[in-house]
Amino acid sequence: MPISEVVEAPLAGTLVYFSTKSGNTHRFVEKLGVSAQRLPIHREEPIPRVKQPYILMTPTYGGGEIKGAVPGQVIRFLNDEHNRHLLRGVIAAGNTNFGDAYGLAGRIIAQKCQVPLLYRFELLGTEDDVARVRKGVEEFWKRQM
Amino acid sequence: MTTMQRLSRVDAINWNRLQDDKDLEVWNRLTSNFWLPEKVPLSNDIQSWNTLTHQEKQLTIRVFTGLTLLDTIQSSVGAPVLMEDARTPHEEAVYTNIAFMESVHARSYSSIFSTLCATRDVDDAFRWSEENPMLQAKSELILGRYRSDDPLMRKVASVFLESFLFYSGFYLPMYWSSHAKLTNTADLIRLIIRDEAVHGYYIGYKFQQALAEATPERRQEVKDYAYELLLELYDNEVRYTESLYDEVGLTEDVKKFLHYNANKALMNLGYEPLFPSSVTDVDPTIMAALSPSADENHDFFSGSGSSYVIGKAVATEDDDWAF
Repeated sequence: MPISEVVEAPLAGTLVYFSTKSGNTHRFVEKLGVSAQRLPIHREEPIPRVKQPYILMTPTYGGGEIKGAVPGQVIRFLNDEHNRHLLRGVIAAGNTNFGDAYGLAGRIIAQKCQVPLLYRFELLGTEDDVARVRKGVEEFWKRQM
Repeated sequence: MTTMQRLSRVDAINWNRLQDDKDLEVWNRLTSNFWLPEKVPLSNDIQSWNTLTHQEKQLTIRVFTGLTLLDTIQSSVGAPVLMEDARTPHEEAVYTNIAFMESVHARSYSSIFSTLCATRDVDDAFRWSEENPMLQAKSELILGRYRSDDPLMRKVASVFLESFLFYSGFYLPMYWSSHAKLTNTADLIRLIIRDEAVHGYYIGYKFQQALAEATPERRQEVKDYAYELLLELYDNEVRYTESLYDEVGLTEDVKKFLHYNANKALMNLGYEPLFPSSVTDVDPTIMAALSPSADENHDFFSGSGSSYVIGKAVATEDDDWAF
């Protein structure tokens, strides 16, 4: 491969995620083994600004209501127009026990920000989930270039 | 035996001073999910109930009686022993909510019975439950852990009850619902299923918090015990499932549902799933009865996704959204 191709290759996108103290989504990201930025858990901490296009991964909150399904920290992060502008897709964690509201946070964000809902998984995610997301994210960024 | 610090005295609970904000988050979730069986119009299922054969009715009553036993155990023994191990007054308060809701669940099955079934058939099923060896075995396996003085294993047993043992029973109302039968009953069961998810999540979270403080040797020991208990429960669940569902030909799919939920129970404890996807592929109509959107393809990555962006508008009511 000529060196110039490597140099000119644009920067692939990144992963931004939110995970509470229970750490389910964090565990999923660890298993993915990709570089990722975790949003702060507490309100008092400053909301970061992303520098490049990214996929957002978030758990779904609440017991099935639309209100409160997207974690407040994720909302605050997306309220920043710069951050919202660089969002390319969303992946949601959830639990089918919540019926229709399974992964609801992902659907709300996809709709509100007009980006695709890329994937949903339950709790920590299975090996298959990890493999699909790893491969999918890689190909997704290739297609974006 | 690790010694966990239990609450030694009772102080007035101050919800404005939290040691663990997860307690308040879960308290709020549970209280906003509160419901009573009276809000579900079960009598609309009377006609549908009368279309079931005698065998199907007996199966349904037995399944619900088995679920009643689990709810009773969790309400009268499980939640109270977890309360003894609580480390914050707020955690104790959450268990009082769990104890009461398990009583509501147990009570709900009797509402279904009194609405749909003949008293004699229900009495027969309760007698059956007292004598059924598999039902008694699962009860003993769980109660044995609850009676032990090991706070970690008590939580493991509790998560297995909440997130695994109920599902051999929950399968049936989802099956009826997928065949447009007993749909109001299924609505009630879905409320129970939603509650159990929060219970399993919270108890599993508290388990992981406590486990993180244990020595690596102790952590390994608990993990071995946990998988051992799961497999013991699983073997018993398979026998229970066969004894109930063989005659209606559903055993194999119920087993897949057991595998799927055993994996979720392990994940609630922070452990990796045990059963590969080749044995967790539950009939999609059952999954759709559980979660109507579960069947929609949201795997955008595979390229086969039919609707990756939601067509219909989602009304966002969060006040925090600024755009």
